[in-house]
Amino acid sequence: MTRTPLRPLARILSARDAGENPDHIERENIRARHEVVREKSRRRAEGRLLFLGLAFLASFGLIGARMGLLAASEPMEPRSAAPGAAILAQRADITDRNGRVLATNLVTHALYAQPKDMVDPARVARELAAIFPDLKEDDLKRRLTDGRSFLWIKKKLSPEQMQKVHEIGDPGLLFGPREMRLYPNGKLAAHILGGASFGAEGVNSAEVIGTAGIEKLLDARLRDPAQTAEPLALSIDLTLQATVTEVLDAGMKMMNAKGAAAILMDVRTGEVLSLVSLPDFDPNDRPNPLVKGDPADSPLFNRAVQGVYELGSTFKIFAAAQAMELGLVNPDTLVDANAPMVWGKHRIKEFQGKNYGPKLSVSDVIAKSSNVGTAHIALMIGGLRQQAFLKSLGFFEPSPLEMVEARSSKPLIPAKWPDIVTITASYGHGMSASPMHLASAYATIANGGVAVTPTLLRRSSLPDGTRLLSERVAADAVAMLRGVVDHGTASYARIPGYPVAGKTGTADKPKRTGGYYKDKVVNTFASMFPASDPRYVLVVTLDEPVDTSGTEPRRTAGYTAVPVAAEVIRRTAPLMGLRPEIELAQPNEVTAVSQNN
Amino acid sequence: MRALVYLLTFASVIGLGFWAYTENYATQQALKDVARLNAEIADLREALSIQRAEWAYLNRPDRLRELATINFDRLRLLPLEPEQFGVASQVVYPMPTVVMPDLQMPVDVSGIEPLDEVQSP
Repeated sequence: MTRTPLRPLARILSARDAGENPDHIERENIRARHEVVREKSRRRAEGRLLFLGLAFLASFGLIGARMGLLAASEPMEPRSAAPGAAILAQRADITDRNGRVLATNLVTHALYAQPKDMVDPARVARELAAIFPDLKEDDLKRRLTDGRSFLWIKKKLSPEQMQKVHEIGDPGLLFGPREMRLYPNGKLAAHILGGASFGAEGVNSAEVIGTAGIEKLLDARLRDPAQTAEPLALSIDLTLQATVTEVLDAGMKMMNAKGAAAILMDVRTGEVLSLVSLPDFDPNDRPNPLVKGDPADSPLFNRAVQGVYELGSTFKIFAAAQAMELGLVNPDTLVDANAPMVWGKHRIKEFQGKNYGPKLSVSDVIAKSSNVGTAHIALMIGGLRQQAFLKSLGFFEPSPLEMVEARSSKPLIPAKWPDIVTITASYGHGMSASPMHLASAYATIANGGVAVTPTLLRRSSLPDGTRLLSERVAADAVAMLRGVVDHGTASYARIPGYPVAGKTGTADKPKRTGGYYKDKVVNTFASMFPASDPRYVLVVTLDEPVDTSGTEPRRTAGYTAVPVAAEVIRRTAPLMGLRPEIELAQPNEVTAVSQNN
Repeated sequence: MRALVYLLTFASVIGLGFWAYTENYATQQALKDVARLNAEIADLREALSIQRAEWAYLNRPDRLRELATINFDRLRLLPLEPEQFGVASQVVYPMPTVVMPDLQMPVDVSGIEPLDEVQSP
């Protein structure tokens, strides 16, 4: 660019000649130069504005287009984010403690119809009725032709049935994939597992929800998408469960009982290794609950946790153990056992009106199951302390076991606690609890006095429990219970190889109208083995048993529950790897002399 | 010089465009493979879960007990009993040597022919 001088000599000279002011020329030139500069910067600013405008237009256009695209298009998973492990099951499996499957899922199909697309509803109804005997042809025809556009026909189909429905070949019959819950072991552990059914149902899937047992209580855990790949391991051992069920079933029939329950528990961890209630049901085809009558008559009723009974003499050991813990007595202290005992207007009697008195040692009170002796021990303890002890053993609250039935079965506790309740509660009358409560309380005695929380889940570490009894008292209590088996009411529990300690309990069944039945009892045997160092607690309860092998019917636990429990222990102890203890024969005089020399 | 820079730039743009084209198709192919593999994995998992369920069903304790009963004459399986536990001292050690009794008057039966065949010619 050629720079024009501000004062060009030629024009100045000519201007001077003309008598004009040459400064005008200079100013004129300065103005023109400014004009040029302004024009240049204006263009640059315009260019920048245009660029900025275009940039904004482009970015807003991009965002707008993206938003429009997102709003208009179908949502889709980004395909490049391939899942590492595609999880098929929407509900976690349940296994026993060794990983054997108790509940799993199976893919199946549901059948539904869209009558609008149906070619020949009458033929479809006829053929479907031929495939599914439980469907009525007329009923089906009516539902297919009454103008509705959708209906469910079957919730689960077997592959064979599905093929047959395919062969009908009607376009109005459609299949929706389903996951169904399968319990491969059938009736085994039915009460623990409970059952499952479909919740909200759609064409493409349906949610499976637990209806009872652990399936219902841990429904959230089982359906948690983060944990469905990991099976829920129970504390149950399938082999033990099968054995206990077999023996208990045989025992129940032999003793003519209406129902039976057994709980096998590890005393240190509180893990329930086996929990059986008979009669049982098939969780794959769960029966409907009874609408009238006694719920205990239904096979759905779980006697082990819902059966809240007066547990009878099995409670006596708690009074004895507490009295020893408080230092009131020791196993050899003589207590008053003169029957009948009169307290106010009540008479406390012994079984069949016997009298073990006038004095009995605490060990013998337990071995002979003396009501009067226990009553005197309980009065020494006093109502308040007795109540607190039973409460700490868990008898006042529903059992914390992981089943809905357990959480909803509250023990029956008298509202007031006068002395007469102190007396009756000490031998297990006037307050009711489930066999599960009894098992965990016995586990406390068996493990050296530490409270246990019963659980159905496999535990990997020992839980912390509060100490309720000193180890010495617990050992003394176990020795007393050993005495019951050795020379007391539970002599049928003498099993070669496995020393058992335990206590029998017989309680009359209460009538629903009040009062007690004369010939209906609940027999319980709460035991622990091996007695030298108890590791397992077994509680066997028989509902309305009667032993008819003798000349007259016998209904005490010693003749009914004890032999059944003994057989359970004889069969299960080897399965748990317990070596039988070899009991040396008492040395007779000759060998005693030879050994001494 | 400038022309060379332009040429190189264009060449690299064309090269990158070709590379992006092939990469795009390779990615789509890989995604298809992943989808197919995922479907296959899902199928296999389904098959696995069915087989696991069948395994559990076929090994249910009731059935095993029945089978043990049915095949008792071959298997001789009985429930585990306390008597089956032993102590180490019950095992014989060292193994006693089995003494074969002396064979008196061995009877050789290989060279004897039936009588009538000897007499017949």
